[in-house]
Amino acid sequence: MAKKKQEAIFTPIGNNGDDNGRIDKAVDLPEATNKSHKKLGLSDDQVTEMYEQMFLQRRFEERAMQMYQKGKFGGFLHLYIGQEAISTGTAFALKNDDDIITAYRDHGWGLVRGVTPKAGMAELFGKADGCSKGKGGSMHFANVKEHFWGGYGIVGGHIPLGGGLAFANKYKDNGRVTACFMGDGAVDQGALHETLNMSQLWKLPAIYVVENNGYSMGTAARRHTVGEIYERAHGYGMKNAVFNGMDVFTVYENMKKISEEVRKDNMPYFVEIRTYRYRGHSMSDPQKYRTKGELEEYQQTDPIERLKTYIIDKKVATKKELEEIEEQVEEAVLEAVEFADNAPFPKDEALYEDMFAGEPYFHH
Amino acid sequence: MAVLQFREALRQAIDEEMNNDEDVFIMGEEVAEYNGAYKVTEGLLDTYGFKRVIDTPISELGFAGIGVGAAMNGLRPIIEFMTFNFAVLALDQIINHASKARYMLGGQVSIPIVFRGPNASAGQLGATHSVAYDAMYAMFPGLKVIYPSEPGDAKGLLKSAIRDDDPVIFMESEQMYGLKGEVSDEKDFTIPIGKAKIKREGDDVTIVATGKMYHIAKQAAEQLAKDGIEAEIIDPRTIKPFDTEAVVKSVKKTNRCVVVDESHPFGGLASEVAFLIQREAFDYLDAPVQRVTLPDVNAPFSKPLFDLWLPDAKNIIEAVNSVTYR
Repeated sequence: MAKKKQEAIFTPIGNNGDDNGRIDKAVDLPEATNKSHKKLGLSDDQVTEMYEQMFLQRRFEERAMQMYQKGKFGGFLHLYIGQEAISTGTAFALKNDDDIITAYRDHGWGLVRGVTPKAGMAELFGKADGCSKGKGGSMHFANVKEHFWGGYGIVGGHIPLGGGLAFANKYKDNGRVTACFMGDGAVDQGALHETLNMSQLWKLPAIYVVENNGYSMGTAARRHTVGEIYERAHGYGMKNAVFNGMDVFTVYENMKKISEEVRKDNMPYFVEIRTYRYRGHSMSDPQKYRTKGELEEYQQTDPIERLKTYIIDKKVATKKELEEIEEQVEEAVLEAVEFADNAPFPKDEALYEDMFAGEPYFHH
Repeated sequence: MAVLQFREALRQAIDEEMNNDEDVFIMGEEVAEYNGAYKVTEGLLDTYGFKRVIDTPISELGFAGIGVGAAMNGLRPIIEFMTFNFAVLALDQIINHASKARYMLGGQVSIPIVFRGPNASAGQLGATHSVAYDAMYAMFPGLKVIYPSEPGDAKGLLKSAIRDDDPVIFMESEQMYGLKGEVSDEKDFTIPIGKAKIKREGDDVTIVATGKMYHIAKQAAEQLAKDGIEAEIIDPRTIKPFDTEAVVKSVKKTNRCVVVDESHPFGGLASEVAFLIQREAFDYLDAPVQRVTLPDVNAPFSKPLFDLWLPDAKNIIEAVNSVTYR
């Protein structure tokens, strides 16, 4: 009897929408650090500042989402909710003139590097007072003066730019380190591999960091890439690390150590930070590729709740003091919404501005 | 005036600008220890060392992007592609990043970078090594495109390109590197980007041609002169910004025009120039503008087919005959 022919299968199959109660986690979180903030060299004030920053990123995006749903602005809106410990822990670990560049899930990175809630919200609304003058929108927040080089919209496209920032820093011998962030989807792009090869070969002071939030848009990490992401570094003989991104202290501790090492020996690093994206890829995502159970499980490890519990347990601040911070943040975000809503759109002339640093030229 | 090879003129431009400005460096495949695939960068490593003359792996996307990032962060890179046929691999960096980052970040960054290397066909190299990309780049806002035909123009324009604060695509030709021509000795000689040059004066027909095609047009003009037809040759030198005024002025005098374009016919330089002429000089035309381009076919290898494929003086003469109703 002839064997029954099996249908050829290429991409590993997802959950097919059937929720059988099994939780198939997209990422496994490594253990968080057990060091106290004091042991990590963080003051009480710095810890409450971290809390304020993470809470700001969260509330900013929750309000942004509401405004988007109300039709206040259009375009894409990729939310960072769930990943705030990474931007916050990194910004506290790096020096202020170290360079940061990221992909399009960039609101948190802007806020942590000096984009004010008003300038950020105005950018989302496409207003002239936005951080990128309303020319970029959600995907292109930037604050170059404070060494945040922007969010970029082509998956993997900004990775060589990160290498270039590091190249220029080495060329000028200015001691700055570049941290280039990307999502797990970018791991599959050739641009990453070309950049890793040259970075190791040329000894560039750069840290390439994958924020593995479990999903490349709607495709789970195990369905889009082989092996463990951080292990890719082995192919380039590059130093590497993998750690928990749901705990701000863990991010701080590791990024501090790594950035100082890179600053000292000019050798690059490849880092995988495991985290979780609570929301869909963008606002139009029905999220059929994951179960409710999975999402809920990760939400129990929420980085903001975790820090709040720590602060209260260790008496870094009181519950009341945290509530005051929350109120201030809430107020600042609401003010930002009002500001953005009432701010003027760019003038018609602005269409032709910011194309050229030198003499402008437009073909007619 | 000194007589220099095209490659020597380019080298002088790079050398002088690297000497002027510490932030200028050159990077690409074989530019340093090999002394350049076409010897444009010969000797630069000895002068400027490994920090500023950098050999790259064959990773066009990667090193083009490292160049863009370095430009954003204060340097002035010259990125050499062994040919623009390979720059296709770097298009995400040139088109999505170099030409757009400044605008989408509201002017927060500037990207003073030159992407340079040979363009178009260099003989029987087959379909993937033979394409002219100048008009394709010119389509994108924010990119300047230069494609000179003679050593003097090449030096003056490359110096301007390196000094430009925005991205510039600078195109050469493998077949012109050995071509000799006069180059100004003037100290700090530059040619402004966006200015055409009348390379031959005539009253009967305007021929627009740049890069390698200029030399074919010159041959055609010499033969036409024997028949009493005096062609005026305009070499735009810069594809974008395009010097519409210079072409229109000439067409208003000759009332006839042939555009020679080393690329395929659809949506190329020839189409654009013909459009500009009909808009600006419609009433002056005594014949429809004609174009000489490659056919809408890939480059063949076989010699007789290749010769059939590449525009030659005969094609230009036929086009001139058509616009002069001969």
